[in-house]
Amino acid sequence: MNPYRLLLHVDRLSMRFGGLMAIDDLSFDVHAGRITAVIGPNGAGKTTFFNCLTGFYRPTAGRVCLHHPQRGVLDLETLESHQVASQAQVVRTFQNVRLFPKMTVLENLIVAQHNRLQQASRFSLAGLIGLPGYRRAEAQAIEVAVDRLKRLNLIERADSVAGDLPYGMQRRIEIARALCVDPILLCLDEPAAGLNPRESAELNELLQSLVRDEGLAILLIEHDMNVVMNVSDHICVLNYGRKIAEGSPAEIRNNPHVIKAYLGEEEEDEDGAMKFPAESVP
Amino acid sequence: MALALQQLINGLTLGAVYGLIAIGYTMVYGIIGMINFAHGDIYMVSAFIAVTAFTLLASLGISSVPLALLTVLVMSVLFTSVYGWAVERTAYRPLRGSTRLAPLISAIGMSIFLQNMVQLTQGARVKPIPPVLVGGFDLLTVDGFTVHLAYSQLLIIVVTVALMTAFSYVIGRTSFGRQQRACEQDRTMTALLGINVDRTISLTFMLGAMLAAVAGVLVTVYYGVVDFYIGFVAGIKAFTAAVLGGIGSLPGAMLGGLLIGLIEAFWAAYLSPEYKDVATFSILILVLMFRPSGLLGRPEVEKV
Amino acid sequence: MPVVVLAHQAPSAKERLRDAAAVAFVALLLGIPMLGLTTVDQGGALHVATRWPVLGLFVALCFAGRLLARFGLDRLQLARRVQRPAVGAPARRYRALPSWLGWGCFGIALVLPIVFSDNRYIVDTATTVLIYVMLGWGLNVVVGLAGLLVLGYVAFYAVGAYCYALLATQYGWGFWQALPLAGGLAAGFGLLLGWPTLRLRGDYLAIVTLGFGEIVRIILVNWTDLSNGPNGIASIPRPTFFGLPFKPGDDGTTFASFFGLEFSPLHRIFFLYYLILALAMLTNLFVSRLRKLPIGRAWEAVREDDIACQALGINITNVKLSAFAIGAMLGGCAGVFFAARQGFISPESFTFNESAIILAIVVLGGMGSQLGVVLASLVLVLLPELGRDFAEYRMLLFGAAMILIMIWKPGGILSHREPTLRYRGESGSP
Repeated sequence: MNPYRLLLHVDRLSMRFGGLMAIDDLSFDVHAGRITAVIGPNGAGKTTFFNCLTGFYRPTAGRVCLHHPQRGVLDLETLESHQVASQAQVVRTFQNVRLFPKMTVLENLIVAQHNRLQQASRFSLAGLIGLPGYRRAEAQAIEVAVDRLKRLNLIERADSVAGDLPYGMQRRIEIARALCVDPILLCLDEPAAGLNPRESAELNELLQSLVRDEGLAILLIEHDMNVVMNVSDHICVLNYGRKIAEGSPAEIRNNPHVIKAYLGEEEEDEDGAMKFPAESVP
Repeated sequence: MALALQQLINGLTLGAVYGLIAIGYTMVYGIIGMINFAHGDIYMVSAFIAVTAFTLLASLGISSVPLALLTVLVMSVLFTSVYGWAVERTAYRPLRGSTRLAPLISAIGMSIFLQNMVQLTQGARVKPIPPVLVGGFDLLTVDGFTVHLAYSQLLIIVVTVALMTAFSYVIGRTSFGRQQRACEQDRTMTALLGINVDRTISLTFMLGAMLAAVAGVLVTVYYGVVDFYIGFVAGIKAFTAAVLGGIGSLPGAMLGGLLIGLIEAFWAAYLSPEYKDVATFSILILVLMFRPSGLLGRPEVEKV
Repeated sequence: MPVVVLAHQAPSAKERLRDAAAVAFVALLLGIPMLGLTTVDQGGALHVATRWPVLGLFVALCFAGRLLARFGLDRLQLARRVQRPAVGAPARRYRALPSWLGWGCFGIALVLPIVFSDNRYIVDTATTVLIYVMLGWGLNVVVGLAGLLVLGYVAFYAVGAYCYALLATQYGWGFWQALPLAGGLAAGFGLLLGWPTLRLRGDYLAIVTLGFGEIVRIILVNWTDLSNGPNGIASIPRPTFFGLPFKPGDDGTTFASFFGLEFSPLHRIFFLYYLILALAMLTNLFVSRLRKLPIGRAWEAVREDDIACQALGINITNVKLSAFAIGAMLGGCAGVFFAARQGFISPESFTFNESAIILAIVVLGGMGSQLGVVLASLVLVLLPELGRDFAEYRMLLFGAAMILIMIWKPGGILSHREPTLRYRGESGSP
């Protein structure tokens, strides 16, 4: 039925903090070459879900299976957070940007290629004496980084100190850096937060081109409905840790449960479609 | 058995003193997130003030022990709290909001400064005072070993308990306590609500210094000798106690202090007195390995 | 415009006096128990002695000092506001500074013994500075680059020193044989300490490493069979010049006889100086190279944001452990040199104060800055040396200087960070 290959299968995932069920029996699928959005009101458990997915939290119950094209099925919930990125090639960004603020933009992107370079440097021995193999690997890493920077329109800022740049740009750098890890699934936590309308339109384009040209799968948490409705192929709606709806943007827009979760009981437009408030994000 | 009881008493006495100093560390850490390395030296200063005050009272011919104790406590607490205030004002406040390490270096500098200041002004020799509280109770005798509770030990335990009760009240129930706890959680927001954050922090330092001053007086009474180096050892022990109990937690600091006192007393009695500090630090490392936020500290959920 | 505003804000004479009086009052309160009163030992019992004139002088000095300092600072601020430099200008000047300064320092270090060939004291002091430089560069890996707060660095220094002392006195090992082994052993200790503790938050790590430093010292004091306890280990063999010892006389080939020189005790002083210079420069080269390798960038990345590192697939435990091991190894190597130079070591040399001084060098220098370490070592070693005339005040001044430098420059003397690599794109931007 679905022409896209299954990439990630979330199976009855639960995460409990003391008495709070942050994620309650969540199941859904992510397919390769698609953009899947996870939306929901504040506190719905979206970021917690990302943390479970990328090894920062250990889920209380359930499984997260990644169908890796080369490495077979990987249980993400059993991996350490760095293994999620290095072995499963699932890479995330953060809600509050986490760059290496005192390092330059280029250095940020080189750090993202650490594992490859570290091996090429033979755990620093070859690097220390500057063997050609390592030099080649470094030149290649710079090439990759420069390519990403050009693509995200950041090349002018390659040598700027990352922490000194404007917020919108830092968000783009974080995406560029994540791309340098060579992901098959890119998880973006509110990439459009704090962007102006022009920047968020550029983001739309970027996300679509990443999927189109590089065959990436993207998992997206976002509050900006402009972005969500325009780019997503599939949307999963969470409320209080539970999945309340799933489907195409059109289906979600008309789903009464979703409208209820966002707007309360009676509020509904005459034509039955809801207008999502562009929530301000703290 | 009798030896164990005796070491229990000794350990609790020592632990109460560590606990009093540890509270200063834990409060300062809670409110501005820095290790006040000079806190141990504040305690040392208070012990010197106590020695001077006792000698002064003796030369004035005051022989009533309760009166002398009370006067010395008041004097030491007053002057030491000024030291606490001045240390914060000169060495830490200018560095608020800078890197995490800058105040630490400044604090180490302040610690070296205070040690040498006392050494210069008061002399490098050990200062002995005549015993203030002599005697005690013989609790029981087993096989020729008498368990002894000195009056000074009783004094330490009673004063510590009273002080802790008063202190929990101040932090838990008074307006200052509320401000202090608010600053601990979010300094910017507290300032926006019209609370004078600088003053709250100053008061916190003074309060910590006062408790250290009480500890200084009690130790002077208990041991009868003071030198300019006691601050360092007591300081790291007390800081260890604060970390062991869970830094930022007031009951934790007291608990940590008591535990360290007991570990030291029992280790010294049953295993080897030379390695008692090794035992203390090893237990600290072990506790932190299995409970990284200390015994009573709130476990930190990593905010991603 | 700013001048006008400031003129309004500038305090009146009365306010200034009141401010200074407040400071003087605090000074009085601080001074009474310490300066005004003291206890002196008279025939076995303490008596109170008073020094009111000293206290009066102190209070008056504080009053006048505050008045002048405030006045001066206000003036300075005013002047700065008026002639504010163009934006960007200071940054450029800042950047140009280190490149020639580093080579300059190296050049001076190279010719120093030749210039002061008759002054043993200066060469000796310079050797001490270089030991601290090497220690600072070693600790810089852990604290400055990887951002791990370590308060017990002296433990690794002690491990290196005792390792060489024991190998040399018990088993007759030479300096060059012992150096790699001692470095390796110190690195092992680093791993031993780091493995269980690296999950801890910054300040917890600090106290645990402080505890570790104390544990090592206490063991050295008490394990008499191994370390000879508080008496220390004496007559540790000095390093030789490729097997040629520095000693007078004709029994065997000595350095002097081999080169046909007349024996001079200065030869060894010079040799030790150049030895530590070489070791320090080797350390510098090693650390600077590492900084530009993936491992070094990972250190800095862990310092900046370890959570982001994990999300990028970096195993932060390995990264931190490597920083610990390399920092410890360099500390151990410095310890070997220390033992060889002194010829005598005891636990006295490895107290917490030593750790504090090394940490202060790293932080005062500007975290992560190699040249900053050199400048800070110069300041911190020379300051007490200059104060030798009033020897008893030197540690007091040392403490005060630590506070003042931090307040003056909280980021350290050289807080500028040089990127590990630059993009030289088509636009040709250098």
